[in-house]
Amino acid sequence: MLRASLREVSAALKEGRVTPTELCQRCLSLIKSTKFLNAYITVAEETALKQAEESEKRYRRGQPLGVLDGIPIAVKDNFNTAGIETTCASNMLKGYVSPYNATVVQKLLDQGAVLLGKTNLDEFAMGSGSTDGIFGPVRNPWSYSRQYKEKSVPKSHSEDKDATWVITGGSSGGSAAAVSSFTCFAALGSDTGGSTRNPAAHCGVVGLKPTYGLISRHGLIPLVNSMDVPGILTRCVDDAAVVLGSLAGHDPKDSTTIQDNFKPFELPNLTDVSKFLIGIPKEYHAPGLSSEILALWSKAADLFKNAGAKVIEVSLPHTRYSIVCYHVLCTAEVASNMARFDGLEYGHRSDMNKSTESMYAATRREGFNDVVRGRILSGNYFLLKQNYENYFIKAQKVRRLIANDFVKVFRSGVDVLLTPTTLSDAVPYMEFIKEDNRTRSTQDDILTQAANMAGLPAINVPTALSERGLPVGLQFIGRSFQEKQLLTVAKWFEKQVKFPMIQLEEVKRHNHGVFQHQKSAFFS
Amino acid sequence: MRTLYFGRWLRAAPVPPPPPLRVPAARAVSAAQVPPRPAWQQGERRSPPQVGQPRRSGAREEDGRAPGGGTATSARSGLPLTVEVLDHLERLALVDFRDSEGVERLQKAIQFADQLHEVNTDGVEPMDSVLEDRCLYLREDDVTEGNCTKELLKNAREKVEEYFVAPPGNISLPKLEERETFLQGS
Repeated sequence: MLRASLREVSAALKEGRVTPTELCQRCLSLIKSTKFLNAYITVAEETALKQAEESEKRYRRGQPLGVLDGIPIAVKDNFNTAGIETTCASNMLKGYVSPYNATVVQKLLDQGAVLLGKTNLDEFAMGSGSTDGIFGPVRNPWSYSRQYKEKSVPKSHSEDKDATWVITGGSSGGSAAAVSSFTCFAALGSDTGGSTRNPAAHCGVVGLKPTYGLISRHGLIPLVNSMDVPGILTRCVDDAAVVLGSLAGHDPKDSTTIQDNFKPFELPNLTDVSKFLIGIPKEYHAPGLSSEILALWSKAADLFKNAGAKVIEVSLPHTRYSIVCYHVLCTAEVASNMARFDGLEYGHRSDMNKSTESMYAATRREGFNDVVRGRILSGNYFLLKQNYENYFIKAQKVRRLIANDFVKVFRSGVDVLLTPTTLSDAVPYMEFIKEDNRTRSTQDDILTQAANMAGLPAINVPTALSERGLPVGLQFIGRSFQEKQLLTVAKWFEKQVKFPMIQLEEVKRHNHGVFQHQKSAFFS
Repeated sequence: MRTLYFGRWLRAAPVPPPPPLRVPAARAVSAAQVPPRPAWQQGERRSPPQVGQPRRSGAREEDGRAPGGGTATSARSGLPLTVEVLDHLERLALVDFRDSEGVERLQKAIQFADQLHEVNTDGVEPMDSVLEDRCLYLREDDVTEGNCTKELLKNAREKVEEYFVAPPGNISLPKLEERETFLQGS
């Protein structure tokens, strides 16, 4: 039951084959037994069960609120949730309980969804591994899958097994791990440079980045105001469409949401792709792309061709500069956005009392980690009067060039772009931490960042397992506000590739109704 | 509902017309469509084109160039990192570098950002938002919510009645020599 898709479980709830409280309890106990993944920062057990009970009453009356009623979901910890701690994995907000719900959280709750808890992330969503938060790194559930264990070279001692676990990718790693390990049916992430699609690719789940302006950012603790969007992580493309349907739309509390009427849609079961023109941007063969992913990309292109679609090579010449551009714009906006953390009204406050400025300085010194501080300082440097024109304005100009690249390609008739999502499959944690956060981000975000620059919708679809038994995904980038077309193509593709389900010991045990909290057998 | 034309003040000169689009003709079905080799190299640094010199060929052949060719960008590198500048940054940001690693991190960040200067952006307007062609939503100026003093005060550590309490202001950070900062040693 836990391995079902959102729509399947929703149907089961409607038919009474399972009750919301039963479902909630199963998910909560699975969370407990997969605690070693460190996917959740806060598990809201009491409120979740209460929400499940309310949902059950509605189902008994025959009046469920919709498809999402009673469905357990998880939310990344940089969304404000009333009454539940919101930390952004930072000392600055440890213990902070928000007085309001983010709009997207409120929308989900209004539909009856059951909020299981807040998931782990990189501190303030800065990073590409979900390794830099104060609550520790998130472990990729696939590290414990049968597929990975069979393929990964067995090291001599069992103690070493613990050292081979791989990262989830970031920064929404906790959300991706939660969906991938079946503890929830959908999760919210945020996407600024690829933070939803990157962990989705590494954890073998669907990660959707909607068009900028489609979903409200009210309540999402901002990183880069001009590029942030809430991201959706689910197990299949249909589920992503369902969640998108309940989240998209104008929000008067967020002026950057568009005012067009949004109509939730159901994805057609496409059988004929001949009307589509798929673009393959040549610059997305970035240096460092693994040969496995290259082969997969090529196979996917052939798949479309053989099915009758037109596949052409296109060029996005400024792709290589998107990371540099992002680096400048991100640090500049971060410098501005992090200025709100001064300890006066909320969050951590230092004991230093000599003056306001010294209190601010001490609070921020104690509250932020190296990554955040580094970005704030870089941002302030680029915004200095003498540097403003040369760096900040220059980056904004390059941003326009990048966005124009996409406009040109789409104007020439291309419907959807097909690219890899990541340069390789998930690396082991011990490897990942050898390089610093900024280096890793520049390497890992290269294929996903440009879509944020241009505000375009993009989706990661898990495609196949690598030689090491880990998931690899491919990315589709669509036209602005054309999520329906994008998801239709993605759904067709998903059907063709038939990505295998993760084989996790824990879930098997739970599905057979055994609820004893046995000690995990993995480390024996 | 009033609307404000978002882009009115931000867009001065119109963007020059893009160079003619080269759409590849529909190709015959062939084995591999994805580029077999990387289209560019990481860390490959190109100096900006000098006036009169032909542009080097490579991945960037067309787009982004305003009609009339490019000119060399002026003052490529940013402000050099003297102790004064670093101190200034610490004051502006109200975070400290902590150790030499912090300063190195900034140096690497600047070096990385310098790659931007390779791109010719003559005649290109800066882009603030991808939604620049749309009107921003403005609601009526009526009070619709509020009265949440208690909830807002809950999260503050130091408060008195309905006030947030701050230490005395108007006192600037102590001078570099008197402060506890890494920069003192440099």
